[in-house]
Amino acid sequence: MLHTLAVLVENHPGVLIRVAGLFARRGYNIDSLTVCQTEDPDVSRMTIVVDGDEQVIEQVRNQLSKLVIVHTVTDLTEESVVDRELALVRVEVTSETRSVVLQTVEVFRGRVVDMGRSNITIELTGDIAKIDAFVHAIRPYGLLELVRTGKIAILRSEV
Amino acid sequence: MSMSEEITQINGATVLLNALHHEGVDVLFGYPGGAVLPLYDALLDSPIRHVLTRHEQGAVYAADGYARVSGKVGVCVATSGPGATNLVTGIANAYADSIPLVLLTGQVSTSSLGSDSFQEVDIVGITMPITKHSYLVRDARELPRIVKEAFYIARTGRPGPVLIDLPRDVLAQGNVEPFPSDMKLKGYKVFGRGNNDKLEEVAKALSECRKPVLYAGGGVVTAGAEGVLRQLAEKADLPVVTTLMGLGSLPHGHPNLLGMVGMHGTVTANYAVDDCDLLIAVGVRFDDRVTSGLGHRFATKAKVIHIDIDPVEISKVVKTHLQIVGDARMVLEEVSDVFRGYAVPEVADWWTQLRVWKNEHSLSYDLDRLTPQMVIKCLGEIAGEHAIITTDVGQHQMWAAQSYPIVHPRNYATSCGLGPMGYGLPAAVGAQIARPDALVALITGDGSLQMSMQELGTISQNKLPIKIILLNNGVLGMVRQLQKILCEERYNQIQLEGNPDFVKIVEAYGMLGIHVDSVEQVQSALSEAIRHPGPVLVDFTISPNEAVLPFVPPGKEITKMIVR
Repeated sequence: MLHTLAVLVENHPGVLIRVAGLFARRGYNIDSLTVCQTEDPDVSRMTIVVDGDEQVIEQVRNQLSKLVIVHTVTDLTEESVVDRELALVRVEVTSETRSVVLQTVEVFRGRVVDMGRSNITIELTGDIAKIDAFVHAIRPYGLLELVRTGKIAILRSEV
Repeated sequence: MSMSEEITQINGATVLLNALHHEGVDVLFGYPGGAVLPLYDALLDSPIRHVLTRHEQGAVYAADGYARVSGKVGVCVATSGPGATNLVTGIANAYADSIPLVLLTGQVSTSSLGSDSFQEVDIVGITMPITKHSYLVRDARELPRIVKEAFYIARTGRPGPVLIDLPRDVLAQGNVEPFPSDMKLKGYKVFGRGNNDKLEEVAKALSECRKPVLYAGGGVVTAGAEGVLRQLAEKADLPVVTTLMGLGSLPHGHPNLLGMVGMHGTVTANYAVDDCDLLIAVGVRFDDRVTSGLGHRFATKAKVIHIDIDPVEISKVVKTHLQIVGDARMVLEEVSDVFRGYAVPEVADWWTQLRVWKNEHSLSYDLDRLTPQMVIKCLGEIAGEHAIITTDVGQHQMWAAQSYPIVHPRNYATSCGLGPMGYGLPAAVGAQIARPDALVALITGDGSLQMSMQELGTISQNKLPIKIILLNNGVLGMVRQLQKILCEERYNQIQLEGNPDFVKIVEAYGMLGIHVDSVEQVQSALSEAIRHPGPVLVDFTISPNEAVLPFVPPGKEITKMIVR
């Protein structure tokens, strides 16, 4: 099962390789990994989506926590979170397909951010399922290029 | 010169050495080179001693032996490039056995980093999987903090090696006004006391069990928990088995000690673990030399309680029923306190069974001919309980683990998790430096000795009165034994036909060498070696047919032992 881990790490060179090396060495499967500086410039936040059963995830959490550069590890999987992914999608368009592609973009609340003679580039945010669904819907018209950020997630505040 | 002028002339190397001195470092084991020239220059004006080995690998093993024997952090120095890569096996060894080391490696100047310059390697990258942590220093002003953090990380929690990579320009950086040495370790957690809510449960399980076994490992030695372990074992009359790392957790000959468990463990220890109804595992990681890699078939009838300082080890190999993360000594003290309120378990029947196994399957060997075991036993009798023993890796290591009368765990240094041949001689150097007045003896084989034989020069230069007990069978005995049992005696590449006359070798270094090829000479040769004020090698000719038994073949349950 996929788990989403929020990992707060020190923000300096060499930190990413320590985390990535740990996953590679121990054979854990990274589904996606995003990393960027947080509100505290000394701290980066990694959102790691990792596949594994309970025992594997427990090991991943413990192994990550053991790294000196890791401050905290939180498993967001069972929590109430807002999660988003950003995708940039380049799709082939012809005079026949242009309008249906644009309609599809509309349905998924995407935005056209670039337009060429024979293709358009769409920006789309949403949870992973929405991005997957969009990609599925658009593929028959000619999916030329797909860039996804991987998931980021934040805990919902208590109401 | 005024005080302020003096301070402004301090360079990075001096700041480093001052920080090491502040940490209580009295000796560095190392080997100089271009990138560390500023360090060796500053060392001339430092009170810290430097022991020059003959290979960087010898330096890291010596630091390791020093650390195991003294309980302090061992420190070693190597230059950039090949100097640094020569440390790799020793770092992996310390990492596998959780030994506190600080490795100081030279590095090319920061302006040359990443340009494939002469003697440049990314040692931080290379050693990342085998260090507890590492630093590449980019500004000498950070050195006091980095050194303080490195020592703190190396020695606390589950100890391990920490590497500090030192670019030459950082060592040479002048007019250093250091930043404060306050540690910035927000993400580093050290577990001490256990989780109190589980202590009652442990005490209850202990009281209600009928067939308990206490399984002690290196964590007991690291924590200095052997005293409280012994009290608990005696109070509840618990049978104790140890790992190779845990040897000495209970002194040799103690009635509660069943011996080592696992691949070359005693039959009684292995049967006991297999049959017990309560297994209290303390400071162990269920290594595959103990479990045969069969975690799911290990102690299957038992409730398993796991006490360890490293949360990562919990349920990594064996699914345990109760876990306490904490320091072995603190947790055992807490368990003992709570256990006072409970009845001791009824274990008389269990001990009857254990004695039956013990009588049927005691470790036996001939004492009337020149066997490795009789040499080791004889050494133990003559050397006494305060002698420090180091070993290499192979058959002799297992014979020593089975037969040497280990009383104090820190008097015994052997490499366990990694198993690198060549460890023993430099480890003996480190041990003798740590304890100059102690009798230090190395038990080794002719294969292992030749992997570090150049360190005889270190022994000679430093006049270290180390006694080398060479069990010389002319073959790589452990591999030969494996080829005999697992490859139908299709022996390959195990003959060491070009062996030198080891007595002549040590004589060339100005040491005493003694040949022994009959059982009658053993006692007198060992006595002479120990009486001799300087270093000695005693070369015992033994048969290549001697086997380490019992032996659990790879992949078999620990009860499926070959005993003869």
